[in-house]
Amino acid sequence: MKAVYKREMRAYFTMPIGYIVLAVMMALMGMYYSYMCQSNYFNISFVFSSISSIVLFIAPVITMRLFSEDRKQKVDQALFTAPVKLINIIMGKFFAALTLFMLPMAITLIYQILLMFTAEINWLTYLCDLLGVALLGSAIIAIGMFISALTESQIIAGIFGLAVSFFIMQIDYFATAVGLEWFKSICTAVSFITRYNAFTAGQLDFSNCVFFISVTAMFIYFTYVSFDKKRWA
Amino acid sequence: MIEVKNLSKRYGNHVAVKDANFSISEGEVVGFLGPNGAGKSTIMNILTGYISLTGGSAKIGGYDIIDYPEQAKRNIGYLPEHPPLYLDMTVREYLNFIYDLKNVKFPKNPHIDEICELVNIKDVENRLIKNLSKGYKQRVGIAQALVGNPNVLILDEPTVGLDPKQIIEIRKLIAALGKHHTVIVSSHILSEIQAVCKRILIINNGEIVADDTAENLSKKLSSDHTVKLRVQAPEKEVLKVLLGIRGVSDVKPLGSNEKGSVDFDIEPEENTDIRKEIFTRMSDRKWPVLELYTEEMSLEKIFLSLTDGSYNKSGKKSAKKDKKQLTDDDKSAVLEAVYGEE
Repeated sequence: MKAVYKREMRAYFTMPIGYIVLAVMMALMGMYYSYMCQSNYFNISFVFSSISSIVLFIAPVITMRLFSEDRKQKVDQALFTAPVKLINIIMGKFFAALTLFMLPMAITLIYQILLMFTAEINWLTYLCDLLGVALLGSAIIAIGMFISALTESQIIAGIFGLAVSFFIMQIDYFATAVGLEWFKSICTAVSFITRYNAFTAGQLDFSNCVFFISVTAMFIYFTYVSFDKKRWA
Repeated sequence: MIEVKNLSKRYGNHVAVKDANFSISEGEVVGFLGPNGAGKSTIMNILTGYISLTGGSAKIGGYDIIDYPEQAKRNIGYLPEHPPLYLDMTVREYLNFIYDLKNVKFPKNPHIDEICELVNIKDVENRLIKNLSKGYKQRVGIAQALVGNPNVLILDEPTVGLDPKQIIEIRKLIAALGKHHTVIVSSHILSEIQAVCKRILIINNGEIVADDTAENLSKKLSSDHTVKLRVQAPEKEVLKVLLGIRGVSDVKPLGSNEKGSVDFDIEPEENTDIRKEIFTRMSDRKWPVLELYTEEMSLEKIFLSLTDGSYNKSGKKSAKKDKKQLTDDDKSAVLEAVYGEE
């Protein structure tokens, strides 16, 4: 697992993709941070609650190359004939993507320290924000990784991933657009954004944690099955 | 070392490998010979655990590849048809990655140094793989298979797409590796396999049609060699002379390909060398022989002879037998058929 993780991290930063993700995320987060300060509101949760849709759109960029590039270059033959468990390869890639995703989030620590000079801050809500974004990120990364496992083309994986993210973002709108009560309750139950917003509102709800962890586990399992199935086909 | 029993692989209705049986003992260098799409790569992919089998079993070093994939894979170094390289890494970085991936226990740097020296990539180890030539990429692929010093090396068409000098180098390398490893090499070129392997498995349409030493196979197959002749003389008369030679079973006039000369395909009877006799007859009549050679048996011909029943594993010809003994009547019939009655 460590070997794959190291290799993926290296790949992100030998290709422009790692820098692009970092630059875009930091620019947008910095923008929200400056809005926040200009309006004399000193709670970093504002930044986290504003970036939910950006997170949804940056994740497919991180995940699109994970498996499709390997398949295109046929490196998967080296990976899958090495004496390692399939799940270790998948987890190595998953954690590499999650690390890249969390790097700009770690930089918010600087924002937080700067805020300390002007206002009293709550470290517990900050931790809650970080946990929320990490859980949302891992769920979307797991979905993106599964999509990337299905195709040889990075472009298709990327576009399909964006489409899925768009759908996830729109779930709340569906809930209000359709007048049916039962449909609305389903939509709110599976809404990533609603559940994520609970974290940024400072509520640590156990069910929300379980939801994101389950989605992550489910798509990691799907990824596993998609390779195992390919071997058996 | 490798034991394959009734191995089969189906993709839907398409049968890629049908009931393959063979075993390879330690230290053997075995060649898989077959045309493209015969099932060589499929068998290799199954042995290395990349794809699964539909029926039968495959054991490597005593471990079943399905039941104990990790232990079995630890015994194998695999170079697939397309070397599995990360193009954005340098050679050294890539080999370090493979070392970590395979979780090798030897000391890292000496082990990788040793491999780099063996496959002769020491001078490119700090270059990006994408900038390497095809020959070097192939060698990095072999180096990758050697990491962890596995007992079995499986090399899928290791010389394809290389220039003649590189081919010779890779052959030498395989021969050197054969001293300490069990090696399986695949190719669709007979001479390629003959150059490096002591034992050859011929695969066609997913079936193993022959399993013998290279020597035996080529001996059996060479008895079938057709003699090609190009001579400056009147076609009709040459034909008469050729059919008069003892040991000639069939003569096919091919017409003229060079001004003033005629070509013939001459089929000898089994185990007879007719070249000397042809030469003397031609020189007796002062007909200049421009070309006289035996044709290397092409792969297509080998498969035909191995699969149409005219060849069985003991090397005896059966189906063609009656055709081989031409009587004088037959010979004149041939003449008549070609030139009409005189």
